[in-house]
Amino acid sequence: MNETDRKLGPTILKAENISLAFGGVKALTDISFEVKEHEILAIIGPNGAGKSSMLNVINGVYHPNAGSVTYKGNVRQRMKPHEAATQGIARTFQNIALFKGMSVLDNIMTGRTLKMNAGFLAQCLYVGRARNEEIEHRKKVEEIIDFLQIQSIRKTPVGRLPYGLQKRVELGRALAAEPTLLLLDEPMAGMNIEEKEDMSRFILDVNDEFGTTIVLIEHDMGVVMDLSDRIVVLDYGKKIGDGTPSDIRNNKAVIDAYLGVSD
Amino acid sequence: MLDSSIPNLREDTLSSLIFKNAAVRGTKTAIREKDLGIWQSWSWANVAEEVKLLAGGLAAKGYVRGKNLAIIGDNRPRLYWSFAASQSLGGVPVPLYQDAIADEMIYVFNDAEIEFAIVEDQEQVDKLLEIMPQCDKLRCIIYDDPRGMRHYDHPAVMAYEDVRELGSKILNEQPNFIDDELSKCHTDDVSVILYTSGTTSKPKGVCLTHKSCIEVAKGDMGFDNYTDEGEILSYLPMAWVGDHLFSYAQSIVTGFTVNCPESSETVMIDMREIGPTYYFAPPRVFENLLTQVTIRMEDASRFKKWLYEAFMKVARRTGLDIMDGKKVSLKNKLLYGLGNMFVYGPLRNNLGMSHIKVAYTGGAAIGPDLYSFYRSIGINLKQLYGQTETLAYVCKQPNGNARIDSVGTPMPGVDIKVGDKGEILVKSPGLLKEYYKNPEATKESITPEGFFKTGDAGFIDQDGHLKIIDRAKDVGVLNDGTMFAPQFLENKLKFFPFIKEAVCFGDGRDAVCAFINIEMDAVGNWAERQGLGYSGYVDLAGKSEVYALLQDCIEQVNQDLANEDTLSGSQIKRFLILHKELDADDDELTRTRKVRRDFVAQKYEVLVKALYEGSNACFIETQVKFEDGRTGTISADLAISDVKMIHSTQNLAA
Repeated sequence: MNETDRKLGPTILKAENISLAFGGVKALTDISFEVKEHEILAIIGPNGAGKSSMLNVINGVYHPNAGSVTYKGNVRQRMKPHEAATQGIARTFQNIALFKGMSVLDNIMTGRTLKMNAGFLAQCLYVGRARNEEIEHRKKVEEIIDFLQIQSIRKTPVGRLPYGLQKRVELGRALAAEPTLLLLDEPMAGMNIEEKEDMSRFILDVNDEFGTTIVLIEHDMGVVMDLSDRIVVLDYGKKIGDGTPSDIRNNKAVIDAYLGVSD
Repeated sequence: MLDSSIPNLREDTLSSLIFKNAAVRGTKTAIREKDLGIWQSWSWANVAEEVKLLAGGLAAKGYVRGKNLAIIGDNRPRLYWSFAASQSLGGVPVPLYQDAIADEMIYVFNDAEIEFAIVEDQEQVDKLLEIMPQCDKLRCIIYDDPRGMRHYDHPAVMAYEDVRELGSKILNEQPNFIDDELSKCHTDDVSVILYTSGTTSKPKGVCLTHKSCIEVAKGDMGFDNYTDEGEILSYLPMAWVGDHLFSYAQSIVTGFTVNCPESSETVMIDMREIGPTYYFAPPRVFENLLTQVTIRMEDASRFKKWLYEAFMKVARRTGLDIMDGKKVSLKNKLLYGLGNMFVYGPLRNNLGMSHIKVAYTGGAAIGPDLYSFYRSIGINLKQLYGQTETLAYVCKQPNGNARIDSVGTPMPGVDIKVGDKGEILVKSPGLLKEYYKNPEATKESITPEGFFKTGDAGFIDQDGHLKIIDRAKDVGVLNDGTMFAPQFLENKLKFFPFIKEAVCFGDGRDAVCAFINIEMDAVGNWAERQGLGYSGYVDLAGKSEVYALLQDCIEQVNQDLANEDTLSGSQIKRFLILHKELDADDDELTRTRKVRRDFVAQKYEVLVKALYEGSNACFIETQVKFEDGRTGTISADLAISDVKMIHSTQNLAA
């Protein structure tokens, strides 16, 4: 039902001829691709292909040596990650980066930081606008908790949760920023089948309910083929494929990169 | 108390009682639900209004008197209102277990000729749309939670809000519509059809009337002094008679507050927040709670462990007597008081049971240790006995006279007889009117004198307490003539925290053998403390250390049996640990988690054969069904272990 009536919008993100090198190591070479609004785009490739580097370029952690990123029609200059965040880009990390000692609720609340406007003093005293704001944010966070079905662990410190749930909390924190573009770095790494199915469901629901554009890196080909509208394949920092899941499944260069070439 | 200005204050149907509640205790909270982390409340006046709107909407969609309404989902206020809305229109609600397999659901939908269904969420809508082609009558599916429903444009699917909206239109045009409909309802009308789990055959629809619901609720209210200040947590399936009586009929008759948990995973947390005054749970829930307490105490610091153990000893010694109001020495009283301060009080608080006036368990046998644990820490846990067909109204343990080996004395208005083969026959105000569209079954189950045949074997002792041994039809004999009561043995086994499920074989055989399912939590925790590594259920279940652990448990059961005259010959000779948990999805258990013994014996025929052939291992491959309907296989080499049989002291002497 989803595939037929979901409308893809105009291009929201455009990467043109991106190259990135760390000293002599060329992480990315001349990479171009587009992401359309409401699209789920997967970036796949063998280890060291440059997938995470590409995400880091998108949200401003790395600055490409050449090429440009156009986001929402503006060519992007050198920028910092927090600037990317204010522009509506949120992300999760390959190795979970949550505050282990804090509760699930508080962790997701941190995702609202950029939306908090009340002054430091007002927040300390919990008066006036700060109070209303806190209630408003808490409501939003509770909606996310409800959405991700983690009510039962609301007040549990994150460090005590199993890995799969921590991943879900991290997604929650990213969602708290109400992003237009969500970057997910291996959201399903280390999960069992059931957890992967849950996570896939949530990713589809996020895309569907909130209209969020999603760029994700994932190794599980089954998941990638099921989830994504389009797939970009990287190998040794070069783009070797770009197309719908069925295109990619039949792409010779991709098959060679993944399965090896027989002489 | 009645106000003459309020019309239609009939008290003989459940639906009219809701409107009476709205009149006499309109501002009192009727129901709560936790949503987005906050408890939302509806007063009786709100509830009456909601019921009216929904009933109006249903009527607008063409739901009329005499029709059945399927209700499927977790315990949600709107689903409870659906019962009332349907009853207000002279319809009959039919709650279904939400995890019922498709075949069961199709059967019930066709049997009850369901046209309308009110369900909780997308999951249930999907399920119904899937079975719709096989249910010709089904034409309207109403969902409560809109999440994920945006893209559905099926003509039969409709949001609860929209139905409610239709209702408000109807009520604007015809303000007296509901009152008129209510006045056409009769107290002897069927108020609900509850489908029984069907251990042996297709489910049967048990028709209960307004009158029986109200009389039973009044009987219970008088027996245990319920007041409208009470609070309960409703978390058991709405299709189960216990929940229907307790969370629906009882709440309406007594006027106490029903609390719906946020989700099924948050029940423990919600229970702690609400602190219910009356509590009803099957034994396995009490068992799970105790298992959790035990596990957490194992991980506690040494001092806390010592404190807990010391005071639990005091509780075991004096707690039961104090609960029963017997005399205890001053020293013991003081010690118990201290224990209450340091251990029992905090423990009750942690379990969410600080405010409990009375807690019930029923539906299955409860272990003596489990039972005395709760009673000794100051929770008035009592057993009750009843079945869907008697609206769970047969026997209850009276305050101050609760004994573990009996299910209590007959409730007011209940008449009990013992029939052939020790079968218990019951006449109760809660007795079913009939099985839905099944006069044959009705005739089979109810004697001409109006007694219901329970199918349970038992007897009434000299103090008037009812004791249940087993299902009458399950009681068998070993080849040497020894009596074999499988459920009795299985219950004894299941009282060990390490054993989740047990299946005993023996009827028409030389000895008793058993399948065991380990309790993953408890055994897993035990394994961790032993430094025993394991990768999952199958691996853990196959460990020789686990076999040794269970061997000990079973030997203790044999020891117990040795002391019982009639059953000492039915000691367990050999056992194996199954490689998978018995599951209702695989038809091995009923929805109420009772073992389908014959089905299991047939499915695992190879294993049963191996048990009796005396081999030490057996290979098995089993198909399993996952929750989403797909199937997979699990295979394992199962070990089979012998157990020491204990000669009873009497036998040795003779």
